[in-house]
Amino acid sequence: MFKKRHVLTMREFSREEIDSVLDMAASLEPYARGRKSDMMAGKILALLFFEPSTRTRMSFETAMKRLGGGVINLGPAEGSSISKGESLADTVRVIGGYADALVIRHPKEGSARLASQFSPVPVLNAGDGAGHHPTQTLLDLYTIKKESHLENLSIALVGDLKYGRTVHSLAYALSLFGADITLVSPASLRMPDPIKADLSSKGTRVRETCDLGEVINNVDVLYMTRIQRERFPDPVEYNKVASCYRITPEFMTGAREGLIVMHPLPRVDEIAPSVDGTPHARYFQQSFYGVPVRMALLKMLIGRGA
Amino acid sequence: MSEIKDVPKGLRVKPINNGTVIDHIAGGQALNVLKILGIYGITDATVSVVMNVESRKLCKKDIVKIEDRELLEEEVNRIALIAPAASINIIRDGKVIEKRTVDLPDEIVGVVRCQNPNCISNTLEPIKSRMLVKTKNPVLLRCIYCEQPLTDRIAEYLI
Ligand SMILES: Nc1ncnc2c1ncn2[C@@H]1O[C@H](COP(=O)(O)OP(=O)(O)OP(=O)(O)O)[C@@H](O)[C@H]1O
Ligand SMILES: [Mg+2]
Ligand SMILES: [Zn+2]
Repeated sequence: MFKKRHVLTMREFSREEIDSVLDMAASLEPYARGRKSDMMAGKILALLFFEPSTRTRMSFETAMKRLGGGVINLGPAEGSSISKGESLADTVRVIGGYADALVIRHPKEGSARLASQFSPVPVLNAGDGAGHHPTQTLLDLYTIKKESHLENLSIALVGDLKYGRTVHSLAYALSLFGADITLVSPASLRMPDPIKADLSSKGTRVRETCDLGEVINNVDVLYMTRIQRERFPDPVEYNKVASCYRITPEFMTGAREGLIVMHPLPRVDEIAPSVDGTPHARYFQQSFYGVPVRMALLKMLIGRGA
Repeated sequence: MSEIKDVPKGLRVKPINNGTVIDHIAGGQALNVLKILGIYGITDATVSVVMNVESRKLCKKDIVKIEDRELLEEEVNRIALIAPAASINIIRDGKVIEKRTVDLPDEIVGVVRCQNPNCISNTLEPIKSRMLVKTKNPVLLRCIYCEQPLTDRIAEYLI
């Protein structure tokens, strides 16, 4: 069990706390699949999304409802009027008075921490600008644990490793498990040096390459991310780069039998649709696991006896 | 202690009776030190500034002398943000009666703005900027909100 009041960043999680969330998620998976529960009966979760989100918002809503709780939502119009007029501090004080916990996504970095300073109830960060998105990392870890293994893991993080916040916090969390990490990206989208230095200082083995073909046969997990067109002023350059980081079933013929392919979704064309039918594809499974993982966090923060 | 031996080639500034001498400021930073002390624009304070003189401890140093004002502990520690090697000499009756080094607290609140334009602390929210002091010399700060570090050009972000 953990003693946290809020879930703001992955860095605030110890290895033991991560393990307890993943264990709890495993025990709640039957409810995520539809078994009836009244664990959260009488509780209300407020979803404050100041930025559009589909899967994070809907999976929080699903998690809460399947556990028998209720959800209140900031509509798009309210989101925009509040973000224009009222301070975030006031909004969380007000909505915190209606609900048992707040989930917040906001375009400014540090917004979730600010919310936690004013909210009378626990705050879960569902993405603060280019900052953190810890529930994504926890569901990624859960996926790896269930579909592969967290011990002695060899993983390749592929794509935009410079701006992608999910890979930064995933890499950090994996360093707590002693994973062997290969960073695969175009030169212009390499993982920033301070983040790499931090990983190495934790004793994690980190390798870097531009060539996906060089690593695909030697890893347990291929974690794909999207390379955004906007990062490349020259469309020709973008097309060249993007095509190097696109996977197809043919590309994986020499891969380990148990290789799993993950992606935080939405994908564009970095994973060919024909990969979906291979035994390697796990990205839809991964997105489903967002439900039991978010259930676990809710239970640990506001469940009976929490 | 009262002899004035540190200003090379004779006195650049005449001795003061009472006040504070801030010595060993890194060359060129004196005006930022004044800014930290709230001395800018139109002021009544009697202040002398010596900039970029030779020093034994630093290659070039600045000195700031403020008459009739003894700096408070918290003011002294703010100076550490941009002059971590500064020494503060309290002068009474023309003599140095107290010499202090500067020391940053572990967290500084409301003194330095975060350099990340997309940080929640740079909006109209009812909060003060808060920076954790990660290292003191050189000074490395980190915003508690967005976690962005601040180390160069701290003076530009003084509030
Ligand atoms: N009465 C005074 N008026 C103006 N400046 C003074 C006065 N007394 C001392 N100072 C200045 O204050 C600083 C500290 O004086 P102090 O006599 O302690 O010199 P010091 O031995 O060189 O000290 P340090 O080891 O800190 O360099 C020097 O820069 C000196 O010129
Ligand atoms: Mg001297
Ligand atoms: Zn900040």
